Amino acid sequence: MSYVALEPVALEPPAHVTSKRRWLRDNLASTPLNAALTAVVGVVVAWVLYRLARFVFVTAEWEVVRRNLRLFMVGQFPADQLWRPWAAAYVLGVVIGLCVGVASAVAAEDPRRLAERSASARVTSRTRSVGSGLRRFWPLVLFVAVVLSLIRTPLPGLLLVGLAAAVVLARMVGRRLPGLARWLWLVALVGVVGALQVVVAAGGVGWDDWGGLHLTLFVTVAGILLAFPMGLLAALGRRSSLPAVRAVSVGYVELFRGVPLVAFLFIGQYLVVYAFPSSIDPPSFLVRALIVIALFESAYIAEIVRGGLQSIPHGQVEAAQALGLGTLQTMRRIVLPQALRNVIPALVGQFISLYKDTSLLAIVGFFEVLDVARSVPSQSDFVGQGLASITLAFAGFLYWVGSFTMSRESRRLERRLGVGAR
Amino acid sequence: MTVTTVPAAPAGRPPPWRDQRVLRAGAQVVAVGALVAVLAYLYDNLTTNLRIRGIATDFDFLDNPSTIQIAYSDFRASQPVSDAILVGVKNTLLVAAVGIVLTLVLGTVVGVARLSGNLLVRQTAAVYVETLRNVPPLLVIVFANSALFLQLPAIAEAVDVGGLLVLSNRELAVASPVVGDSFGAWLAIVAVGSVLATVIWAWRTRVSDASGAPHHRVLWSGSLLLVTVVGSYLALDGPVRLSHPSVVGRGISGGVAMSIGYGAVVFGLVIYTSSHVAEIVRGSVQAVDRGQGEAAEALGLSSGQRLRHVVLPQAFRIALPPIINQLLNLTKNSSLAIAVGYAELSALTLVLISQANPAPQMVLILMAIYIVISVVISLLANVVNRRLQLVER
Repeated sequence: MSYVALEPVALEPPAHVTSKRRWLRDNLASTPLNAALTAVVGVVVAWVLYRLARFVFVTAEWEVVRRNLRLFMVGQFPADQLWRPWAAAYVLGVVIGLCVGVASAVAAEDPRRLAERSASARVTSRTRSVGSGLRRFWPLVLFVAVVLSLIRTPLPGLLLVGLAAAVVLARMVGRRLPGLARWLWLVALVGVVGALQVVVAAGGVGWDDWGGLHLTLFVTVAGILLAFPMGLLAALGRRSSLPAVRAVSVGYVELFRGVPLVAFLFIGQYLVVYAFPSSIDPPSFLVRALIVIALFESAYIAEIVRGGLQSIPHGQVEAAQALGLGTLQTMRRIVLPQALRNVIPALVGQFISLYKDTSLLAIVGFFEVLDVARSVPSQSDFVGQGLASITLAFAGFLYWVGSFTMSRESRRLERRLGVGAR
Repeated sequence: MTVTTVPAAPAGRPPPWRDQRVLRAGAQVVAVGALVAVLAYLYDNLTTNLRIRGIATDFDFLDNPSTIQIAYSDFRASQPVSDAILVGVKNTLLVAAVGIVLTLVLGTVVGVARLSGNLLVRQTAAVYVETLRNVPPLLVIVFANSALFLQLPAIAEAVDVGGLLVLSNRELAVASPVVGDSFGAWLAIVAVGSVLATVIWAWRTRVSDASGAPHHRVLWSGSLLLVTVVGSYLALDGPVRLSHPSVVGRGISGGVAMSIGYGAVVFGLVIYTSSHVAEIVRGSVQAVDRGQGEAAEALGLSSGQRLRHVVLPQAFRIALPPIINQLLNLTKNSSLAIAVGYAELSALTLVLISQANPAPQMVLILMAIYIVISVVISLLANVVNRRLQLVER
C-alpha cells in the first residue's frame, strides 16, 4: 500500500537564527586555533592602531602641512588669483552634478529598473538619504574634515560647503531634465573648457605654472580625454580584417605597453622636442609630457576597448548585417555602444591608474603633489626635523581619497550596469 | 522533382572600385603609407634638429669611457658607456627578480587572508589591500626611503634583529646562506637519496595499484629523504651555513648588504604590487564556480582536499594571466628607483644623459631594453599559461 500526499507539503526552510554572540563566535573563534589567531592578530592590530593614532593625534607636527596647504592644492599659484581655481571647481562641480543627475533620471526611466523599483519599497526618508550619502562618500567626507581641521580661516570651509551644495543642487536640477541626455557630451565639453578658461583666460595663470593637486587633476583628465580617441582607433585597428592595419595596431599597443611611463617622460623631455620642425618653437614641457602620457595611456585603453569588442557576440554583427547596416553603421550603432558599456568599469580603473601615475611627473621636475611633499620638509623653517613622514603621509592621503572614491564608485557602477551578470 | 537553377555569376571581375580585393589592398597601402609618411616627417625633423644642434646621431658614444661612478658596484669610471648600461640592466633585474618572489609570497598570503573565516584577519587584509592599492607606487617607495629607512640610526648604532637583519640609515643587511667546503659532497648524497626515494615511491605506487593495499608512499620515501638530508648534513658538519651580518667599522660584513635605495624600491614595490596580487588571488578563488566545491563536498572530499584538488587548481588557472600582468608591472615600475637614487637602468640613463651622451640614442636603448625584458617575461608566461590552460575541443 502506498501513500501519496495530494496536498503539496510546504516545508519551510529551517529558521536561520543567529544571535550576535553566535555570529561573533563563528567569525572570531570557531575553533581553538581560530581563537588563537584572533588573539594574535588582535594584539598586532591594536598595537598598529595605537601607534597610528598616536602619530596622527600626538606626535605628528601638522604645522608643516598647515602652512603649506596651498602648495599641496594649487602649487605656486598666486594668492590673489586663487578665486580662479575655486571658480573652476564650482564650474566642474555643477557640470558633474548635472551629468550625474541626468544619468540617474535616464536610468530611472529604464523599464527594467522601473519594475525593480516598484517591487521594492519606495519610501526613502530624507535623513536616510543623507546617511547613505555619508556612507557612500565617506572618504571624501574624511578629506573635507581633514582639510577643515588644518585651516584656521573660515572662508575655504564655507567655499567647500558651498561647492558640495552646488553639486547636490545641480544633481537635483539634472534629475528634472532627462531630455538633456542627448546633449550631455556638449554640457561636459563646455564645462571642461569653461573651467580651463576660467583659470587661464584674461590675466590668469597658464598651465605651465600650475602645481599640486590642481596639476595632478588636470593631467589626469586631459591625458584620458586625449588618449581615448587614439585608444579607440588602435582597438578597432587591432580587430580589423586588414592584416597590415592589424599589424600596425598590435605593434603600437605592444610597444607602448612594454615600456615604463618613466621612459616615456624621458622621451617627452629629450626626444619630442626634436620632433617638431626647427622653424617653430617646441611646445612647453607640460604639453610634451601630456603628449607622451596620452600616447602611453592610449595603448592601455586600446586593450580595454578590445576586450569590450571581443565580448560582443558575433550574432550581433550578423543581425545588424541582416538588417542591411553597413560596416560603419554596425560598429557605431550596434557594437560600440554595447562594447563601451561593458568596459566602463575598466576604463575607470585606467583613469585611477593614471591619477596615481601622475606622481611620476615629480621625477622629471614638475611641482605636483608628491614633489611638494618631498620638497616642503627642506624649507628653512622645517629643515632637519624628519618631517618627510608627515608630508608624504598627507600626500598619500590626497591620492588615496581620490583613487579610493573613484574605485568605490566604479564598483557601484559595475553593479548597476550589471556587467557580467544578467 | 524541381530543379532550381542558380543564376550564373556575371562573368569577369567587377570594376576595380567595386572589387573587394582591390579595395582592401588599397586601404592597407593608404594606412601604412600614411603612417610611414608621419614617421618619416618626425624622423626628418629629428635629424635636422640634431644636426643644427651638433648632436651625433650614431651609436659610437657607447665605446667612450663613461666617467661616472656607480655605488655598490665594481664599475670603474674608465669603462665604456655600454658597460654602465649593462650594470643598469643587472640592477633592474635584481629588483625585478627579488621583488617578484617576495610579491608572490606576500600577495598569496594576503589574498588567502582576505578569504579567511576569521573576521579580524579578513578585515585587516582588506584594509591592507584598500590602503596600498590606492596610493601611487612612487609614493610608497619615496615614503619607505625618506620616512622609514633614512630615519633609522646611523651605522654605528645600527639595529640588529636577532643576527638576521641589520638596519641602519645607510645600509641594510640580511643573513644569507653561504656554501661550505663539503657542499658538493652533501649535494651528491642528497641526489642519491632523492633517486632512491623516487624509486621507492614508484614501487609503493605499483604495489598499491596491484594489491589495493595502502601505499604510504609519502611516509616511506619522505622519511628516507629526511634521514638522508638531515643525517648527511650533520655528518658533514654543516655544508651550508647562515652568514650573519654585523657592523664592522663603518660598514657591514657578512650576510647580504644593500643600499637604502635598493631596500626602499624592493620594499615599496613588493607591498604595493602584493596588494594587487592579493585581490587577484581572492577574485580567482571566488570566481571558481560554487558548484565545483559543492560537487566535491557531495563526493565526500574533506575541506582540505576540496581546496587542494578542486578549487585551487581552477583558481590558479584563472589567476595566472592577471598575476603575470602584475609582475610585468612590477618589472616596469622598477624604473621608479630613479627617485631614491638606486642605479638601475632608468636612473643610469638619466645620469649618462647628463654626462653629455646623446639623449635620443640613450632613450631609444632604454626603450629597447625594457621591451626585450617585457617580451621575454611575456613569452615565458605564455608557455606556462598554455600548458595550464584547459584543452577544449
